Amino acid sequence: MNAVVLRNITKRFGDTVANDCISIAIGKGEVHGLLGENGAGKTTLMNILYGLYSADSGSIFINEEETQIRNPKEAILCGIGMIHQHFMLVPVLTIAENIVLGVEPPGILFDRKKACTQVEELSRRYGLSVDPSCTVANASVGIEQRVEILKALYRKADILILDEPTAVLVPQEVEELFKVIRALKQSGKTIIFISHKLREPMAICDRISVLRKGRFVGTVVTEKTDTHELARMMVGREVELNLKKSPMRRRAPVLIAESVSALNDRLLPALKEVSFTLHSGEILGIAGVEGNGQSELVDVITGLRKVAGGKILFNSEDITHSDPKTLHTKGLCHIPEDRYKRGIIGDFTVAENLILGQEDAFRKGIFLDEGRIVAHAQGLIDAFNIITPSPKTICKTLSGGNLQKVVVAREFSRNPRLFIAAQPTRGLDVGAIEYIHGKLLEERDAGGAILLVSADLDEIMALSDRIAIMYEGAIVAELEAQNATEETLGLLMAGVVK
Amino acid sequence: MRKIVSDLLYSFFAILLALLLGALLIEATGYSSLSAYAALFRGAFGDSYAIAQTLAKASPLIFTGLCVAFAFRCGLFNIGGEGQLVVGGLAAALTGIYISAPIFIHIPLAILAGMAAGGMWALIPGWLKARFGAHEVITTIMMNYVGILLCSYLVNYPFKAPGWVAQTVFIKESATLPKLIPKTQLSAALLLALLFSFLTYLFLWKTSWGYKIRAVGLNPTSAEYGGINPARVMILSMAISGMLAGLGGVGEVLGVHKRFIDGFSPGYGFDGIAVAVLGRNHPAGAILGALLFGALRAGGMAMDRVTDVPADLVFVIQALVILFVSAPEMFRIIGRLKK
Amino acid sequence: MIEWIITLLASTLRLSTPLTLAAIGGTFSERSGVINIGLEGMILMGAFAAAAVTYYTGNPWTGVVAALLFGGLLASVHALLSITFKANQVVSGVAVNILALGLTTLMMQIIWGNRGASEGVEGLGTWSVPVINDIPVLGPILSNHCPVVYMMLVIVVLAHILLFKTSLGLHIRACGEHPEAADTVGINVCRIRYFCVILSGMLAGLGGSFLSLGQLNVFSQNMSAGRGFIALAAMIFGKWKPFGAFGASLMFAFTDALQMKLQGFGIPFQFVAMIPYVLTILVLAGAVRRAVAPAAIGKPYVKE
Repeated sequence: MNAVVLRNITKRFGDTVANDCISIAIGKGEVHGLLGENGAGKTTLMNILYGLYSADSGSIFINEEETQIRNPKEAILCGIGMIHQHFMLVPVLTIAENIVLGVEPPGILFDRKKACTQVEELSRRYGLSVDPSCTVANASVGIEQRVEILKALYRKADILILDEPTAVLVPQEVEELFKVIRALKQSGKTIIFISHKLREPMAICDRISVLRKGRFVGTVVTEKTDTHELARMMVGREVELNLKKSPMRRRAPVLIAESVSALNDRLLPALKEVSFTLHSGEILGIAGVEGNGQSELVDVITGLRKVAGGKILFNSEDITHSDPKTLHTKGLCHIPEDRYKRGIIGDFTVAENLILGQEDAFRKGIFLDEGRIVAHAQGLIDAFNIITPSPKTICKTLSGGNLQKVVVAREFSRNPRLFIAAQPTRGLDVGAIEYIHGKLLEERDAGGAILLVSADLDEIMALSDRIAIMYEGAIVAELEAQNATEETLGLLMAGVVK
Repeated sequence: MRKIVSDLLYSFFAILLALLLGALLIEATGYSSLSAYAALFRGAFGDSYAIAQTLAKASPLIFTGLCVAFAFRCGLFNIGGEGQLVVGGLAAALTGIYISAPIFIHIPLAILAGMAAGGMWALIPGWLKARFGAHEVITTIMMNYVGILLCSYLVNYPFKAPGWVAQTVFIKESATLPKLIPKTQLSAALLLALLFSFLTYLFLWKTSWGYKIRAVGLNPTSAEYGGINPARVMILSMAISGMLAGLGGVGEVLGVHKRFIDGFSPGYGFDGIAVAVLGRNHPAGAILGALLFGALRAGGMAMDRVTDVPADLVFVIQALVILFVSAPEMFRIIGRLKK
Repeated sequence: MIEWIITLLASTLRLSTPLTLAAIGGTFSERSGVINIGLEGMILMGAFAAAAVTYYTGNPWTGVVAALLFGGLLASVHALLSITFKANQVVSGVAVNILALGLTTLMMQIIWGNRGASEGVEGLGTWSVPVINDIPVLGPILSNHCPVVYMMLVIVVLAHILLFKTSLGLHIRACGEHPEAADTVGINVCRIRYFCVILSGMLAGLGGSFLSLGQLNVFSQNMSAGRGFIALAAMIFGKWKPFGAFGASLMFAFTDALQMKLQGFGIPFQFVAMIPYVLTILVLAGAVRRAVAPAAIGKPYVKE
């Protein structure tokens, strides 16, 4: 019997077809993987199943009966629960309050005690231990995920959709999650596992369906396939899974951090006496699960956050208290981890974005030299192959990959010696990732010093010459890339020090 | 280009809708909307005197509209135009009274004094926002009360002219803005307003400082990352915004009344908000919006004299225009309902 | 001397009524995620409606009902614009204020022919509280107030219970902090926001009825005199909590009461009148650092 059958589901957003006539069958009690690149339509499809979106056409069958799902309430009534990639938890409320939100124990006054007891009972039954009266804001990411799963189970879900559940987990936590999934499968639940990574669905799923650019490509049985076939189905061509890297030629030290400490936005210690040295001609990868101080480290080096202690030297100059403008003139460039929030001004044109930070240099008298600005933009558009109708196009209409190219073009065109790249390929498709990785290696070969901060272990291992692991605000280990294995990195990222 | 046309059409419909609702309101209270609107129209465009009145009423509105629009371009809400306009007017008046100089020095001096006063009045909330995160909507509104009360005190005690009315003596001849049309209220303040509209446009779109201001207004985090100092830019924006409002007061004092009178502003600062919203926070739009509301003001005064419908109706229409213009979704939803 | 203090404190409690009611209204609105700058207009509308309806019916309690109704009606305009039409919430609030000022001044001229003040109307009178009345110092402070004052005290407690002890309060707070999360568990974010905004208008309107029916028994032009904005400062200073709003309002009301007492002392009234406004500025400069607004405030919630 099939728990879920989606037949000919189509969904459009304006001109984009997110789901194009997709049909998938998911068996009852199986762990079914939904695989595809970023933007392939996986989350959209599952949002339709969960009632957050409504399909333009097509039908849904739950337990072989055709069902209308118009909103999450109806989805929950059908026994579907969704654990989102970006957790849908209210930080100021407690774990118990979050779990029972919307289906609280009846009564005019909120029965906090009853909610807590119910949560404790549920967590015991499925082996997901949490503290019901702890606020979500104070909970770790792993615990937040457990809360999300408990939320679904509290609403008596039989079909659980997990959207990129491992994105925020360390390899050891992933193993824990897999244990939970197997336990849930044993108690008869059906699991849909959405991912864009290749190895995890292979490890945990019974069958895997692949989506590409909004279309259904095929369903395979895990035992009978391999990562290469899956990659081919995802991308449609042979994918070079391992970039070739020339041997490193390390030269003089460029960036030195000495016992740098800093606070995060909530005024708690985020960096604890971090020290490292970065040389020209090398890529130093900062690995670690997000939230262990990497963002704050980048902020501190790029002048966006005050240092609470320690020193930062750039080519022997003290830049500890320098502002972003000064740093740019000294030869530092920064690819920010969130291009929408920090890297681009969406409502400005491409040309205007390409001179961000240099607007004073493009003047003729007291006015801006428009001719020079447009010429400068056109030059970069050609050099970096940015796909845009014209330099005067409004930036926010560009795709994610092209926006990142705008950021990279702008930063690289200032001939920097020091590159701070934070999550440079997040949210990009394979083609864009290849391009940016290539550019970074190019700069490294030309003698640039690159600090690569990434939560993507594959990216770290592919590009770095040396790897430093951050855990809870400190660098817990530094090793040469050739000596690093995924296992050792995983342990270090989880704070297990040898 | 297409966007400008659709924006204009859109604003046009908003105004029409507001006028319609205003008419319904008049009818509902038992008066004739037709005669009311006829008086309104005649008062605004009926003869050369009416047109002069419309333009004269529009002049301070251009300034206060620019004030709100300018601040908005930096992402800030300057609701303090009223207070900034009043202190600017007083500063210009005092310069006009107590300083002696030939006209081509005296007038610029008075203008600068008004700009400085208005600028400073807005600088304080700007600094409070940059330094403490204090919401500028409330602080600028509070500064309105403080400014109006302060000037009221000054013109009731130290600088009061002999007599019953709370006003200063007349400013010197050398500080007076010449009239454009004799025997009307229309003065060179209008030319000053048009000049500053153009300067504002140049500043915002053609200089690097204008780039910085717009960047901070659109995405302060990206601007900061790019090397722009958001705090400094915000304070500058508020200061310039206040200067523009102050100029509104300068125009009224030097061109229309030739002295500072307690309560001379019937809410020009607040009208500026309507002008800016209608004009989509663009200098050219501010001119058009000011003309419309100037016409409503001039016409409203006539309507109040000739019919029984109070001039406050104009306030209602103004508010409705803001409401309709600021709700882009509304027309889209109505359009969808029709299908 | 002690007489002076007692009357000062009694005035403080009295004057805090419109501020507290509006501040609590603002708290609900902002807790659900909608900025409400229009409280000033809603107070004014309530004051006018209370006076006008009482003028025609002779019964001040119908005026109170009218104040609730019209305050809520004006708020629903703000709600419609901010929530359904996704307009900029600050602009919408400012427009609502201008609308209220224009409408009330317009209507007062049509009803009473006077641009400054209405005719006198039947007031709500005062209530003498049975037991408390006889307690030496507390008696004069807490007793013999307009009924709206006592309603305000009850509302403070009810508001606290609603916001922090009921499931509805949980839903409201979820909508203001993380509307997507609320949506995914089936909470109707728009409906909750509409409820809170209209409630804020009704509470502000009730505060307005106190102004026109509780003290001078007359409606005068622009009677709210900036109280709606001071209420917003009280809301922020009170950290978006009903009891906090009440405490902050008491503080502002104290300066207002003080300012009135000082007017007989030869200081030009303008300086004394400035005190509440200057205090608001100082409070905002000092308070906002420590106060954190609901996370999702000011952003229209868009589903897809």
